[in-house]
Amino acid sequence: MAHLTPTPVLEPAQDRTMILNMGPQHPSTHGVLRVLLEIDGETVVRIMPDIGYLHTGIEKTCEAKFYQQVVPLTDRIDYLCPLTNNLCYALAVEKLLGLEIPPKAQWLRVLLNELTRINSHLVWLGTHALDIGAMTVFLYCFREREDVLRMFEMVSGQRMMTSYFRIGGIALEPPLGFFDFVRNFADRFPARVDEYENLLTGNPIWRMRTKGVAKISAEDALALGASGPTLRGSGVDFDLRRDMPYTGYENFKFNVPVGQEGDVYDRYLIRVQELRESIGMVKQAVQGMPEGPIKADAPKVVLPDREKMKTQMEALIYHFKIITEGFSVPAGEVYQGVESPRGEMGYYVVSDGTAKPYRVHMRAACLANLQTLAKMCEGRLIADVVAAIGSIDIVLGEIDR
Amino acid sequence: MPPAPPISDLDQLKTHPALAALLAWNAAAVEGAKFDRDEMTIYVERSCIREACALLREHPEFEFNFLSDITCVDWTPSEPRFEVVYHLLSMSKKERVRLKVRLDGASPVLESITSVWSGANFFEREIFDLFGVRFSGHPYLRRILMPEDWEGHPLRKDYPVEGYR
Repeated sequence: MAHLTPTPVLEPAQDRTMILNMGPQHPSTHGVLRVLLEIDGETVVRIMPDIGYLHTGIEKTCEAKFYQQVVPLTDRIDYLCPLTNNLCYALAVEKLLGLEIPPKAQWLRVLLNELTRINSHLVWLGTHALDIGAMTVFLYCFREREDVLRMFEMVSGQRMMTSYFRIGGIALEPPLGFFDFVRNFADRFPARVDEYENLLTGNPIWRMRTKGVAKISAEDALALGASGPTLRGSGVDFDLRRDMPYTGYENFKFNVPVGQEGDVYDRYLIRVQELRESIGMVKQAVQGMPEGPIKADAPKVVLPDREKMKTQMEALIYHFKIITEGFSVPAGEVYQGVESPRGEMGYYVVSDGTAKPYRVHMRAACLANLQTLAKMCEGRLIADVVAAIGSIDIVLGEIDR
Repeated sequence: MPPAPPISDLDQLKTHPALAALLAWNAAAVEGAKFDRDEMTIYVERSCIREACALLREHPEFEFNFLSDITCVDWTPSEPRFEVVYHLLSMSKKERVRLKVRLDGASPVLESITSVWSGANFFEREIFDLFGVRFSGHPYLRRILMPEDWEGHPLRKDYPVEGYR
């Protein structure tokens, strides 16, 4: 019971200030973020985020698992974009192994990765609007999110914890009717984004609550390690998908929206714009989907098809060996960064030549982004803290790991 | 297809901009380098890490202006035990470089780089929390993920996966 005392404790620095504790169960902290505020009346003097309530030791657990067994753990880090995590981990290990991934698997990865981005941004938009007081948007966003989750269920059998991208390719072929479903969704979706924008973009209350609120300059955002929409909102034009392409993003045409002001409104506009860009990429991926295998030609690493296992002795042996002993990975280390919906997600994987990773470290985009909160909020009103937290789009599972 | 063997010969690698800049500044600061799987690793002498980071950040051509990540690897029982790993990114040239500092297990202390990138704050606190590596000059070196009164540093290799019972 020793750990129940909430720490750290913040002491008021001046006579006229007091300490206000926000969270960890506050609905607008999107999980279990605790924020300590030193306030002078309604003005925030100092702000200190306290994290760690969701720490589950995933990095430690990874060290005790075979390489392929880590994939389901990566889902649970950032539960709003599981496929991006799967992708980043798979890419890192594939780089260690030196595997070639067939084009169809790469295109499917881009397709699902962009659907994940849509899923994540829809949850963000709904809850962010809810925080600020626009209730309706939430219901609309979750209506479309349901369709995206159904797509995840179609390909992987799971709505949230997908584990669909595996080392060396993809678990299974998408089922019949999947691409029609995606095409149908992609045709409907832009009109739905218009709907959200009708409710928010020009809405005078929304603009008053977000314009000029929680500003951060490009220099500050860069120095604090912010990435993704939080950085682009301040006018830094950098997107890993375009600038350091991975898994075949160089074959896709898309724009990277960039803001100017660095306020909540600009970050909102960027994410809404990204919804449109993502659906454009989904369309391109479905149209240009190449034919061919979905797994790399590496029998010692990739599980064989069920059909082959039932007819070929060789396949059965490989399956048995991978499941019971794992596969060994040449010693070395790689860092792989991908653009997650929240910014630069990176996996640093160190191998010592055995079947278990020596060290897996996740660079959580939110952890760095959260550090911008102090710069955004100090000297501003308490009500703006809620808007600022929402606009960073934090996922505590990723921060705490 | 097995990956190409790593290159660790300084003479072959010295054309790399980050390494060239560090060698030109202070050749004693560079303990070694490795080029493996298209990634560049530079081993930096432990007392020079803050200045090396500041130098690379202000690099006239490449400017590694973004601190992607800091983490640590525990190589116990071999010495030096800890490797603190910095990943820098140059947004203009789209280059990454990895800096490494080796620390012995008896007194794992090195200089904080929060004065170069204020974003190093949480990363360094995390390493302090999970590995017990101390950063001198850090503004608020307290546990960040584990409870304040936790005993031990969970990501060390001698800490059992199930925890102490």
